[in-house]
Amino acid sequence: MSALLEVDDLRVTFGSTAAVRGIALKVEKGETHCLVGESGCGKSVTSLAVMGLLAKGGKREVARLSFAGDDIRDYDEKRMSHLRGDRMAMIFQEPMTSLNPAYTVGSQMTEVLRRHRGTPRTQAVDRAVQLLTRVGITAPGLRLGQFPHQLSGGLRQRVMIAMALMCDPELLIADEPTTALDVTVQAQILRLLAELQKDLGLGILLITHDLGIVARVADRVSVMYAGEVVESAPTAELFRAPRHPYTRGLLSCVPVPGKVKRDEPLGSIPGVVPRIPPGFIGCAFKERCSYAEAACASPLPRRYIGPAHEMLCILPEGSGA
Amino acid sequence: MSTVLQPAGASSRRRIWRNAGALLGISIVGFVTFVAIFAPWLAPYDPFTIDLGRRVIPPKWMEGGTPTNILGTDQLGRDYLSRLIYGARVSMIIGVATIITSGIIGTFLGVMGGFYGGRVDDAVVFAITARLSIPVVLVALAVAGLLGTSFTLVILVLGLLLWDRFAVVARSTTMQIRNLDYVAAARCAGCSPIIVLLKEVLPNIATHLAVVATLEMALAILLEAALSFLGLGVPPPLPSWGLMISEAKEYMFFSPWIIIIPGIALFILVLGVNLLGDALRDMLGTDLSR
Amino acid sequence: MSTPAIEVWGLRREFRASQGLFAPPRRVVAVDDVSFSVPAGSVLGVVGESGCGKTTLARMILGLLEPSGGEVLVDGKRLVGMDRLARARLIQPVFQDPFSSLNPRRRVRDIIAMPLVAQGNVTTSEIGRRVAESLERVGLSTEQGTRFPSQLSGGQRQRVAIARALVLRPRIVVCDEPTSALDVSVQAQILNLLAELRRDLGLTYIFISHNLAVVEHVASEVAVMYLGRIVEKRESEALFRDPRHPYTRALLGSVLTPEPGLGVPDVGLGDIMPDPANIPPGCRFHPRCPACFAPCAATGPRITSLEDGLVECHLAG
Repeated sequence: MSALLEVDDLRVTFGSTAAVRGIALKVEKGETHCLVGESGCGKSVTSLAVMGLLAKGGKREVARLSFAGDDIRDYDEKRMSHLRGDRMAMIFQEPMTSLNPAYTVGSQMTEVLRRHRGTPRTQAVDRAVQLLTRVGITAPGLRLGQFPHQLSGGLRQRVMIAMALMCDPELLIADEPTTALDVTVQAQILRLLAELQKDLGLGILLITHDLGIVARVADRVSVMYAGEVVESAPTAELFRAPRHPYTRGLLSCVPVPGKVKRDEPLGSIPGVVPRIPPGFIGCAFKERCSYAEAACASPLPRRYIGPAHEMLCILPEGSGA
Repeated sequence: MSTVLQPAGASSRRRIWRNAGALLGISIVGFVTFVAIFAPWLAPYDPFTIDLGRRVIPPKWMEGGTPTNILGTDQLGRDYLSRLIYGARVSMIIGVATIITSGIIGTFLGVMGGFYGGRVDDAVVFAITARLSIPVVLVALAVAGLLGTSFTLVILVLGLLLWDRFAVVARSTTMQIRNLDYVAAARCAGCSPIIVLLKEVLPNIATHLAVVATLEMALAILLEAALSFLGLGVPPPLPSWGLMISEAKEYMFFSPWIIIIPGIALFILVLGVNLLGDALRDMLGTDLSR
Repeated sequence: MSTPAIEVWGLRREFRASQGLFAPPRRVVAVDDVSFSVPAGSVLGVVGESGCGKTTLARMILGLLEPSGGEVLVDGKRLVGMDRLARARLIQPVFQDPFSSLNPRRRVRDIIAMPLVAQGNVTTSEIGRRVAESLERVGLSTEQGTRFPSQLSGGQRQRVAIARALVLRPRIVVCDEPTSALDVSVQAQILNLLAELRRDLGLTYIFISHNLAVVEHVASEVAVMYLGRIVEKRESEALFRDPRHPYTRALLGSVLTPEPGLGVPDVGLGDIMPDPANIPPGCRFHPRCPACFAPCAATGPRITSLEDGLVECHLAG
């Protein structure tokens, strides 16, 4: 039984910059897979590449790209646009820029259904009302007639989720869906996504930089750095036994409320993320890694170090605990 | 947010060289500027010398043309090529002087309104609206009627009337910048409002104003030609291209080159300035906070 | 007892939002009667979500906005109405966005030199010396001082902003979300730098952030703001261990710690969003409060003093 979304050896270049350098990931039905990394690691580009939404100038190469068993690697723009919004939906970080300010919420939501399924207007409106209620919006009839700028950030993001669900997608790709929201609203939105996943059997690819979200929401995690997945594991396993030095470094940087030691400096990773030219070989993290050695300049093997736990590093088990 | 770091301007310089229009614009403006500056050395004859015995001679390549006057002569026997070359001076000087004058006025008003807001801004917006309701040609007509025509008067009229676009752009860009943190930091650092305007705001709106300047220059050149054509601009015997077209009206059907040649020159210059403006806009980009 | 480094008394700020031609302008109270005092050398953390007024508070303290009422005292001297050069020597900002807090057209060393130049009475060589000293303190090289902001990373730009804030050796530094726009690994670097500088230079910080874990790490005392008022102000450790205001509890409960298996908590706040233009009567938190009872909708709560701070809630009395 194949996974809902399978990506293998995805590479994306923009001119002389290699944004994504050969990543592989799988999202199963009913599972949340988190792609976590800092800015510039290529996580957003990955999601855009999967959906065929790369900006002009971006070149995509992928060995395997399958959705619900179908090979979508060579789908042209027309077939991809049929998939997008229908079986495969995406929500973005900034709902204000993804919702068209010139149209009402209702017209934008119903348009999705009418375009993909040819549903008549009244039925589309009913479905919109149903979904707005489902995402916890009170007085949905009123909201349908409102414009995006009349809604608060949390409401707009709920509308985005409702819109994404209009055609009953199988896969939801969420790119930093709560970064622009207050922390109390964030919790509500994430709970909503988890409920919807349980009820509808959605597969979710969640992209974020926030390790807290990853820990609470993800079934599986892939940590990205400079265009590669450096470590991938089930969530509990990753937090219990992180192996890659970058993952470990990242975890040590995040202060946990209630477990904070005020007089000790926070863990940090010295240096900055490098820009990788195409054709680069070896580990991109070696300049910042305290365990780096000469072998790190050669191509790295992908190692399996536990059940469904793999990483891109030659560090042996048990070192540098 | 990307962490790709490049020295500022590297990729934009590459873009500009790839853009044929930009290249063309730069070449044209550069060429005309060169001609204008070195006119005394480039022009074969004095543009004012009248020779009534050699009137309306066609250009060299046409029937009846002579090699002594490559572009022929005008209705008063003046060498056309020399008048064309000196005409470039008139166009360029008026273009540049106008944008300096209108630029200063418009930028001052726009920045004041954008930075201080409130009543000051209301006054500036009123001034802009008032200015937009004044037709330039009628004012020129009135000025010409009252004070006659002269080179300086043209510059004054155009400079005092063409500042509105500067003001609008200066105002809107200032309004965007005044809310940015680096302006707040400058105020916290103790800088007086004037210093904040001069050192923090102006340098960051300068690129936008430069684009407006090129477009206004094209407009000024065209307007001067139009005014001179109507007899309201540069007075004869100065070799303004617009004036040359006007003076050649009577010969239009028999000796069309007298009108065509300055017409083409005007068209090329204005095209070049507009292309330059487009190129500047593409190169400089519109993001105000980076 | 020595004079606190900074004191704020009854600070208030109102805005008038026009409602078109025919309706009278609406009064929006962004900050309503805020008071606190911060002893020299310590850190006051200010937390709250959108609409709570913390940014307006910061701008008033920095002198960027005039208060509608109340006082700000630094070392006992009134800040409002103080000459801008004197104020610059006392209090400086570090803003959130490293991309927009530096003038893109000026070199780093000129950006750092700006406060010194504004003072007007510092010689060029002294300026050069102090800029070099500032650069070194924040971990930047002289070469980086010659660059433009667009040539530096987000973390490096934030260091420049810190260097600029320190060059006049102020008493107070107001940090408005200084690490929120940075990557996690860089955030830690900057926080460590800020802590080190505070110890070495004897600075006092007002640290505004929505990230509670960061505030817990950095602050000795924390003030929680909601719709313009401080609803709870306690010693940091006490607040995080035993929050007394329902809003503080909801805030802390919403924080997603990187601990797997705990799921996403439901803090029971409901759907109503706080709107500074429509402040509810009585206790301003009551429409969303899970512990709301009879008096909450009717009267505003009084401030209850606790041994380690204060809280403004009917339940605490």
